[in-house]
Amino acid sequence: MMLVEKYLPLFVAIPLGGAFLISLLGWKKRGLPEWIGTLIPAGLFIYSLVTLWATTKHGIVVHHLGGWSPPVGILIGADGLTAFMLVIVHFVAACVALYATDYIKKYTSPWIFYVLFLIILAGMNGVLTTCDFFNLFVFMEIASLAACTLVAFGTERHELEAAFKYGVMNTMGALFILLGIALLYGYTSELNMADMANIIAAKGPGSKIVTMAGVFFLVGFGLKAALVPFHAWLPDAHPSAPAPISAILSGLIIKSLGIYALFRIFICVLGMTPLLSSIFLFMGALSMATGAIMAMGQTDFKRLLAYSSLSQVGYIVFGLALGTPLGILGGLFHLFNHSVGKSLLFLTAGSVEYATGTRKLNEMGGLSNKMPVTGTSSLAGAMSIGGIPPFGGFFSKLIIIFAAVQAGHIGYAIWAVGTGVLTLVYLMKAMKQAFRGALAERWQAVREVPMRMRLAMLILAFVCLTGGLLLIPQLKDLFLNQAAKVLIDGRMYSKIWGGF
Amino acid sequence: MKKIKEPGMSVIVKTVARLVARVMLLFGFYVVLHGQVTHGGGFAGGVVMALVFILIMLAYGKEGALRTFSRTGALTTAGIGLILLVAIAFTGYWRGHFFANFLGQGWPFEFWSAGVIPFLNIAIGLVVLGSLYGIFAALTHFHSEEEEKQ
Amino acid sequence: MILYMSCFVLFCIGLYGVMRKRNIIKIITGIIICEYAANLLFILIGYRMGGRAPILAHGTVIENMVDPLPQAVVLTTIVIGLATTIVLVTLAIRLYEKYGTFDITKIEELKG
Repeated sequence: MMLVEKYLPLFVAIPLGGAFLISLLGWKKRGLPEWIGTLIPAGLFIYSLVTLWATTKHGIVVHHLGGWSPPVGILIGADGLTAFMLVIVHFVAACVALYATDYIKKYTSPWIFYVLFLIILAGMNGVLTTCDFFNLFVFMEIASLAACTLVAFGTERHELEAAFKYGVMNTMGALFILLGIALLYGYTSELNMADMANIIAAKGPGSKIVTMAGVFFLVGFGLKAALVPFHAWLPDAHPSAPAPISAILSGLIIKSLGIYALFRIFICVLGMTPLLSSIFLFMGALSMATGAIMAMGQTDFKRLLAYSSLSQVGYIVFGLALGTPLGILGGLFHLFNHSVGKSLLFLTAGSVEYATGTRKLNEMGGLSNKMPVTGTSSLAGAMSIGGIPPFGGFFSKLIIIFAAVQAGHIGYAIWAVGTGVLTLVYLMKAMKQAFRGALAERWQAVREVPMRMRLAMLILAFVCLTGGLLLIPQLKDLFLNQAAKVLIDGRMYSKIWGGF
Repeated sequence: MKKIKEPGMSVIVKTVARLVARVMLLFGFYVVLHGQVTHGGGFAGGVVMALVFILIMLAYGKEGALRTFSRTGALTTAGIGLILLVAIAFTGYWRGHFFANFLGQGWPFEFWSAGVIPFLNIAIGLVVLGSLYGIFAALTHFHSEEEEKQ
Repeated sequence: MILYMSCFVLFCIGLYGVMRKRNIIKIITGIIICEYAANLLFILIGYRMGGRAPILAHGTVIENMVDPLPQAVVLTTIVIGLATTIVLVTLAIRLYEKYGTFDITKIEELKG
């Protein structure tokens, strides 16, 4: 058996084991939670690169849990898309963990933070690697609950309110997903996703039960991914969490729990139809515009970034829903750029809060003089998300817009360009208010944040700057094309997977 | 004469709780141990065991229960159970797969059967005991804070 | 068919509770009702006419038993529901400490 295949469950088991170890020992030993919490994502990042290499070579790696083969056993597997997501998740999580080692010192009991952080990581990895529908639900709930607890980590008024809202809406989303799973189980008598796809394909289209399950999944995963009619929790929850968790929530959770699961199920299991595709296009376009317009009027730095996330998720869904190879490539590439860029921006917002104690944009000003590293990396993130040429975000938005034109959606393409301009306007306005101009009197004593926080921000800023290099043919074949191929092939892919 | 308010409930409840507690604990342990041959198992048995301490807390008040089983103790119990669970899962790699059943299966309806499942049941029982009691103790913590304010 | 439909009706009752009620505790109750509706649907899907519990015992022959998989699944869902409810209840207690009310309209401070 191949080595990667054999040790695939480690993606879930090691973060969980680390979390349990911290909960057992961490509150006694100082420094141990920080070490475990930083080393685990970093180590798994290297392993995810190995998995990426293995998936490009072998296509799919599958581990049979407990040695049981399907239909009895539960599978854990990785294909190109999973490996792509795993690399992003662990890269961002490692940077965030490095950042958190200094940032979290201002809270009491940092070990709880690391326990929940690692549980979130385990939940996300479980969602990404599982081949079983019910396990997807379980891991999703694990990650959501840990995230909900972390949103309330500060236990102030607004944080508790945001956490309650987040908890209620995400639980409702999960219950809709559970109803959908129940209906699909009744229709196919299977929980394995590949087998389910085969049976649905064999029974032919036009089943009312599958349509109904599809509607439930649309609502449920729409709530998880914060697409526009279901977005109410995001602008409250994302700013309320501590900065590292805002970065994880915005950069990773809505993507792995929302977008990845949404498109894995709709493209690979249920099958995409033109009607569904147009619904996603509309929701994506609506999210883009709503997020951008709402972000224009914000004065809270993190709240502005949260609305920006809403808008950029709209771009990703729009690109993936186009269904053309170019659109899917653009959507996935934008997913990567947005993960890195938005995590970076949330971390810089956290740095500003760490140094000055405020999140209000109109109270800041001229901070770049005192915090050069934060200012520069924040600018890099804003330029990547806003779409300034040498940065990665420019290329991904360009690809999405080209793909929209190519697919004949000229109106949507103009819409996307207009939203892109708005994005640039509000991000640059925020940058100008926070970092440019004259330094206010009260910020004379502000100092640059500690070394590890700076290092994490610089790594992310560097990747923002060089993100466009992923379009070089060799790297593109390795990283993006493998992932895009899974979504382009759609249900054909699970035919291969199902052929045990 | 003003009666001094004792913590906890009336003397009937306290007596019954004292009599029942050990039997309940034994029964919970039985359910955990026989998880592979009867209905129930780690979760059900763990809940029964946690209920024992919750009963003590209801009958004797918070302080009395926390003296027998502290919050730290609950957290440690849950942590040990979880670590045990992951360790058993990792030991499965000895037979090539994560979570593989590496012990002999034995015969159905006998006590020593089903390989690692009894050990997994014990681990889960510890987790459920620790976490349920810990949650209950943590929720009473809020209550007492409010009383102190008054 | 009516049984399946009644599950959805129950779910809708829970949904009504979540969306229309102003008391936090009632919202949590609504979520619990939704959860039971989903669990009930799953169990009903696994039911077979005249089937018995899927438990192997001494000297019995397995002939007509209900599908055991939904039961295992629902057990897991119940545990997840327990965790969700506990988190929400804890948040509700803390909210009551901070605001002194369970009324969601008086708590709402985050807007825009």
